[in-house]
Amino acid sequence: MSSNTLYDKVWDLHWISKSSGGPSQLFVGLHLIHEVTSPQAFAAIEEKKLKVKFPHLTVATVDHIVPTTNQQRPFPDPLAEEMLSTLERNCSIHKIKLHGIGSDHQGVVHVMAPELGLTQPGMTVACGDSHTSTHGAFGAIAFGIGTSQVRDVLASQSLAMKKLKVRRIWIEGALRQGVYAKDLILHIIRTLGVKGGVGFAYEFAGPAIEKLSMEERMTICNMAIEGGARCGYINPDENTYKYLKGRKYAPQGKAWDLAIRWWKSLCSDYNAIFDDEIKLNASAIEPTVTWGITPGQGISIKENIPNPELLPKNDQQIAKDACSYMDLAPGSPIEGTKVDVCFIGSCTNGRLSDLQEAAKIVEGHKVATGIKAFVVPGSQHVARQAELKGLHKIFLKAGFEWREPGCSMCLAMNPDKLDGRQISASSSNRNFKGRQGSAKGRTLLMSPAMVAAAAINGKVTDVRKLFKNSKFS
Amino acid sequence: MNQDFPAGEIKTISGRSFAIKGDDIDTDRIIPARFLKCVSFSALGEQVFADDRTELKGLHPFDLKENKGAKILVVNDNFGCGSSREHAPQALMRWGIRLIIGESFAEIFFGNCLALGIPCLTSSKLEIKRLQNLVKKNPKLIWVFNLQELSIINNREVFKLQIEKGDKEMLLSGKWDATKQLLQEEERIKETMQRLPYLNNFK
Repeated sequence: MSSNTLYDKVWDLHWISKSSGGPSQLFVGLHLIHEVTSPQAFAAIEEKKLKVKFPHLTVATVDHIVPTTNQQRPFPDPLAEEMLSTLERNCSIHKIKLHGIGSDHQGVVHVMAPELGLTQPGMTVACGDSHTSTHGAFGAIAFGIGTSQVRDVLASQSLAMKKLKVRRIWIEGALRQGVYAKDLILHIIRTLGVKGGVGFAYEFAGPAIEKLSMEERMTICNMAIEGGARCGYINPDENTYKYLKGRKYAPQGKAWDLAIRWWKSLCSDYNAIFDDEIKLNASAIEPTVTWGITPGQGISIKENIPNPELLPKNDQQIAKDACSYMDLAPGSPIEGTKVDVCFIGSCTNGRLSDLQEAAKIVEGHKVATGIKAFVVPGSQHVARQAELKGLHKIFLKAGFEWREPGCSMCLAMNPDKLDGRQISASSSNRNFKGRQGSAKGRTLLMSPAMVAAAAINGKVTDVRKLFKNSKFS
Repeated sequence: MNQDFPAGEIKTISGRSFAIKGDDIDTDRIIPARFLKCVSFSALGEQVFADDRTELKGLHPFDLKENKGAKILVVNDNFGCGSSREHAPQALMRWGIRLIIGESFAEIFFGNCLALGIPCLTSSKLEIKRLQNLVKKNPKLIWVFNLQELSIINNREVFKLQIEKGDKEMLLSGKWDATKQLLQEEERIKETMQRLPYLNNFK
């Protein structure tokens, strides 16, 4: 059993009680809600004549169903409009802060909360969205919950939960140029499998992790769930404090010093005990692309699509399904695979640095003929910052569309969808069958820079070949 | 569609059963994202596995006449992986599923099912295969699941199943309906809140 890890410390602090043999009751320090998984929870609260216990500990935004071409109300889709107005009504009745349409911070919930400084080390964060693991980047214990649990958190600011085991994933070395946090997490999931993390919290640590910016760390923790781990976290350090300082909801003045002292005490101790430990080396990782229908089906840009017969027995069936669904031939290189749509955005890779890295690749190039390419900033705040830096002009000049913030084609609950058998190069997090809005649509997951490279060449491309004076070209 | 949802103590479930084969069946397949645009779960039952069903043109297990009214689903490995949306278990429940037996379940999916009073039990790969073959061969068989004894039987076969002790207790005692349980700890919720530095010392 783990001890003295950040996970153990945060768990102990938020632990309320334990029923015999059952799960523990855990206090939730920050509850985030959005329009898709909250309406039924509010309905249940009202039905049971309960109240929202601590409205100030819940924060809302609207992201999943928002159109990204025009956010004018009412939305053309009456169902989307109904979901949004339901959220607005619920927030107003229960006095919950909503960063809604027209607010400076409307955006993907996992982009909005960190940029406002709402997410802080040592918190427990829950949200009705599996990518809540994102907030672990700050040394918070953050996990996705279902709608019944959203109801429970609204009613009691707590939920029933079992303690997870802790696996430390120690990453040696450093990512090389042209290799990003996205490649690292795709590599980790490929190595440990899509259910390798079931029952675990992942602690990401080691020299390669320490070098990552907060935005890169969010990309890593965001996809912990794709590896089966309900939460992933990184011990807070100077990068964390620097990111938080001065943000709207971060501690100020004297409180800041107190906070830092406490945050430092939360880190996993040098003699912490983990239930499992794994070591990987970042220096060996290449740009990584998924070829199949699970996020674990990733290969380096230099590899060929695997022959299912040659894979470990347990992986064969899903690999066969993937080959037939994706219509990609085993043995052929992933590099050069033609794409139709290029999507930069999502809670995984829709932050400023993601757009900056993609813009570096795009600058001076044009999107290949016939390719639909678009950028969806993660939040209004990201969009304004990017515009201040002129990034939108670089994208627009190259032939990308520059959209309004939302989840967009990551899960296609808004009008942004693949059509028919279209294949996308996508900076999002899931390549499941039908994920991007067409029942037969296909998704290749990769870093935003790799999506930019794919847009320029119209096919999957090693982004390093587009670097100026590239030694790879 | 069975709209008589689980309530209170869950001890036995009996009914017909059918199989959905395949590992890593994700929540987007169970209920494609475009059906999530709703403020109520009520219509989801009809949309369960919508895309897979369209593709199989009436031959999908959820469309076969002999499976209508069945309550028990037998699945393979890592069932329900993907999103935390409760829409997936809600869709299964509203179609009529009351018990799922499989090799393994994704964690959030398992918890969401538990919160609805739908037990998810596991067994070995070999046993699941045997069970899937049996229910396929004879979809009319009535199975009786007994949570206390961790078994599912018909008049000839017995299959032993597994679930963690704590989860079993929650289902047996009716405590899976969490809200009431959680609110009983009113005082301790407040105490916990008062000891959290970020809600007090440096707020």
